[in-house]
Amino acid sequence: MTDPTSPGSASPATPSPADSLGAPKTYKLFVGGAFIRSESGRVAAVHDTNGSVIARVAEASRKDLRDAVTAARGAQPGWAGATPYLRGQILYRVAEMLDGRSTQLAAELEACGASRQAAIDEVTESIDCWVWWAGWADKITQVLGGVNSVAGPFLNVSTPEPTGVVGLCTAAERPLAALSSVLAPALCVGNTAVVVAPLDSALAPLTFGEVLATSDLPKGVANLLVGSHTDLGPWLADHDDVDALDISGVSADLAEDLLARSAGNLKRVAATNGRRSPQTAGEFLDLKTVWHPARL
Amino acid sequence: MNENATSNMTGTTGGAGTTGVAGVAKRFTEYAPALESRSIVTIRSEYGLWIAGEERDAEAGAAFDSVDPATGQHLTRIAEASQADVDAAVAAARSAYENVWRDMAPANRARYLFRIARLIQERAREFAVLESIDGGKPIRESRDVDVPLAAAHFFYYAGWADKLPWAFTGGVIPRPLGVAAQIIPWNFPLMMAAWKLAPALACGNTVVLKPAETTSLTALLLTEVLTEAELPPGVVNIVTGGASTGAALAGHRGIDKVAFTGSTEVGRSIRRATATTGARLTLELGGKSAQIVFEDAPMDQAIEGVVRGIWFNQGHVCCAGSRLLLQESIAEEFSERLQRRVEGLKVGDPLDKNTDIGAINSAEQLEKIEELCEVALSEGARMYRSSATLPAQGWYCAPTIFSGVDTSHRITNEEVFGPVLAQMTFRTPAEAVAKANATPYGLAAGVWTDNGAKILWMSQQLRAGVVWANSYNQFDPASPFGGMRESGFGREGGRSGLDSYVTLEDAS
Repeated sequence: MTDPTSPGSASPATPSPADSLGAPKTYKLFVGGAFIRSESGRVAAVHDTNGSVIARVAEASRKDLRDAVTAARGAQPGWAGATPYLRGQILYRVAEMLDGRSTQLAAELEACGASRQAAIDEVTESIDCWVWWAGWADKITQVLGGVNSVAGPFLNVSTPEPTGVVGLCTAAERPLAALSSVLAPALCVGNTAVVVAPLDSALAPLTFGEVLATSDLPKGVANLLVGSHTDLGPWLADHDDVDALDISGVSADLAEDLLARSAGNLKRVAATNGRRSPQTAGEFLDLKTVWHPARL
Repeated sequence: MNENATSNMTGTTGGAGTTGVAGVAKRFTEYAPALESRSIVTIRSEYGLWIAGEERDAEAGAAFDSVDPATGQHLTRIAEASQADVDAAVAAARSAYENVWRDMAPANRARYLFRIARLIQERAREFAVLESIDGGKPIRESRDVDVPLAAAHFFYYAGWADKLPWAFTGGVIPRPLGVAAQIIPWNFPLMMAAWKLAPALACGNTVVLKPAETTSLTALLLTEVLTEAELPPGVVNIVTGGASTGAALAGHRGIDKVAFTGSTEVGRSIRRATATTGARLTLELGGKSAQIVFEDAPMDQAIEGVVRGIWFNQGHVCCAGSRLLLQESIAEEFSERLQRRVEGLKVGDPLDKNTDIGAINSAEQLEKIEELCEVALSEGARMYRSSATLPAQGWYCAPTIFSGVDTSHRITNEEVFGPVLAQMTFRTPAEAVAKANATPYGLAAGVWTDNGAKILWMSQQLRAGVVWANSYNQFDPASPFGGMRESGFGREGGRSGLDSYVTLEDAS
C-alpha cells in the first residue's frame, strides 16, 4: 500500500495496486479506530477519468453513521479533557504522518481527476493546515476568551469549550484539503468528529484514515465515512447526539434541509469553508462564563 | 406574617398596635407599605406601531389589550402588526440601513448610543415604574436591575461602535449584516430590548424589534428616548403583537439576521423558518439550571443565593436556578432554614418597595405554573408552599419548593418559568455534575462551596453557558451570556456579543 513504486511515484499515476495484486483495492471506512466495511455490505466502484475501475470503497449506511456518532460520543470527554498541549502534539503528528503518505495521497487525488501539480499542492496545503491548527490548540482560549471587566466585585472569566460531537459534510472538490480544513479546527479545540466525505473523490479521504490511525489520535476522536450527503446528511442533522454541523460541502438545497432538521436539538450549524481563522474553530466552541465574588 | 402581607396590601399598618410575643415577632417582620408613586408614568389609552420614526396604527386596524398583572385590570390598547405592517417596518429598516446607518462614521453611531444610554438613565424612574406596572415585577428589581442594566448595555456597546476593527483578530474587516429582526420576551422587557438593540446598532445594523405581547410598554416608551436622541428614522422600528406578528417577522425574506429570546419550542420553529430565508440566527432559550450546594458552603450565603436564583423576578428567568442539589449531609438543615427564609418573602404589589415577589406576568403563565405543580404532586413530590397571603386580585403564586423528586419527574425536567424550586440531594461531586447535566438545556448553574479547587473543577464539568460560583443571577454588559445545547446559541454581552451582528470579510 505504501510501496514507493506504487502509483504516484512514477507517471502516469494510478492509485490502484491492481498491478501487483490483480484486483482493485477496497478502501474501508474508519470508525472507532477500526477500518470497517459498511455493515450494509455496500461497496461502490471509483472510476478514473477514463471510466475504468481503479478502486472500490465501502459506502457508509445510516447504521454506520449511528455507530460513528456513538464512537465519537464515547471519545469526547477524554479528548476534550486532554491538555491543549497534547492535542497540539497529536495534530502535529497528523501532519507528520500525512507528509509520509504524500506520494500515495497525491496519486489518489490525481486518479480522481486532479492535475499532477494540483494534487501535489493539495497535499502540501493539507499538511500545512494540520500544522497551522496544531499550533492553535493552546492559544485559541486566549484569543476567544478572557477576563471580563464587570461593574462589581467579581472575577469574571470567559473560556471557550468544545461543543461536543460535530458532523462534517466535506466537499467533493479538493477532498483532502476540504476535509483537513474543517476536521483540524474541530479536533484542535477538543471536539470529536464524524466526517461524511462524498463518494466520488473518496480515495484520499479514506487513506487519510490510515494517517489518523498512526497519529496517536485516541480511537473514536475522528471517524471517516464516505457516502452521499443527500443520503447521510439528514440523518446526521436529525441525530440528537450530534451537537454541531459543518455543511461547507453540501448543495444549497440540502443545506436548507439540514438547517431545518438541526432544530431538533438546536445544533450549531455553520458553513465555515475551512477558513483559516480562529473564528472557524469558534463555530465548534461554546463560550462559558464563570463568575466568582472577589471580596472579603 | 399572613396578616402582615394582607395589611401591606390594604395599606393599613397593624404593627404598632400589636402586643405580646407574637406581636414582637410581628414587629420585626412587618413593614408599612412603601408604594412607589405611579404619577411619574402616563399610560395612554392607545398605542400604535413605531415605523420609520413615526407612530402609526396597524394597517388592518387590529389591536390587543394590555393588562396590569397586579390587578388584572385593563391598562391600554396596543396595535397588532400584520404581515403588511411587518413588511413596512422591514422596508423602513432596509432604507435606513442603506441610506444612513451602514455608512455612517462609526464614531457618530457611538454618539447616538451614548445619548440613548444617558436618556434612559435620566428617565430611569419612569421606566422602572412602567416596567413594574406592565409586567408585574417588583419595583426594587426594575429600579435596581432592569433599568440600570439597560442603560449600561447601551453605554457599553456605544463604546464598541468605533472600535470594531480591534474586536476581531486575523486581518478581517467586520461588516454589518443588514436588517436584524429581534424578538424579545416578557420577563425583562426593557433590558432585553437593550441587550438586542445595543450590539446590533453598534455594529451598523438596523432593527425591527418585536416586544412580547404582554409587555410592550417600556419598548414603546423607549421610542421617546430614541426620538429625543434624534436617532435617524427607520434605524429602529417596533412592531407590537402576538405570535403571528412574531412569525411574520422571523420568517421575513427581507431580514438578514434573527435574534430571539424566548422558549425553546418557539426557538425551534424560528430555526426552521430561517432555514428557508437564510437569515443568520442566534437563540437564547429556556433552561433548567441547577444550584449545587456542598456541605462546605457558607450556608447563609448559599441560602440567599438560592433565594435570589429562583425567586428573582417571580422565577420568570431563563437562567433561574430551578433545581436545587443539596449534598446529603446538609440537606435537612439547609432545607429547613431555606423554608424559614422563604416565609419572610413578601408576595404582593409590584410597586411596593417591600415586595420580594411581584405578580405573575399573565393568567396564562399562572395556569401553566399551577398545572406543573399539580403534575408534581400527582407524581408523588412533596410540596412546601410559603404561607404568604396573596392579594385578592391579579395573578400571584407563593414561593414553592418540591422535594422528594427524582430526575424522572416532570418538575425536575421541564422549565416552569415561575417561583417553583425542585430540590434533590447528591453525595459526591461527580454525582452532582451528573445530575446537573442531566438535562437537554445548558444555560446556567450555581456552585456553592468554600473549596477553590472544587469550584474550578465543577465549573469545568458543568455544561452551562454561565456558571455562578458562590453567587447567582449576576448580569453585566461586559459579561457574555447565553446557553449551550438546547438553551440556544450565540452570546449577548461582552466582545463576543458582537459576533452575532457582523460578518467578517478578509482584509486582503
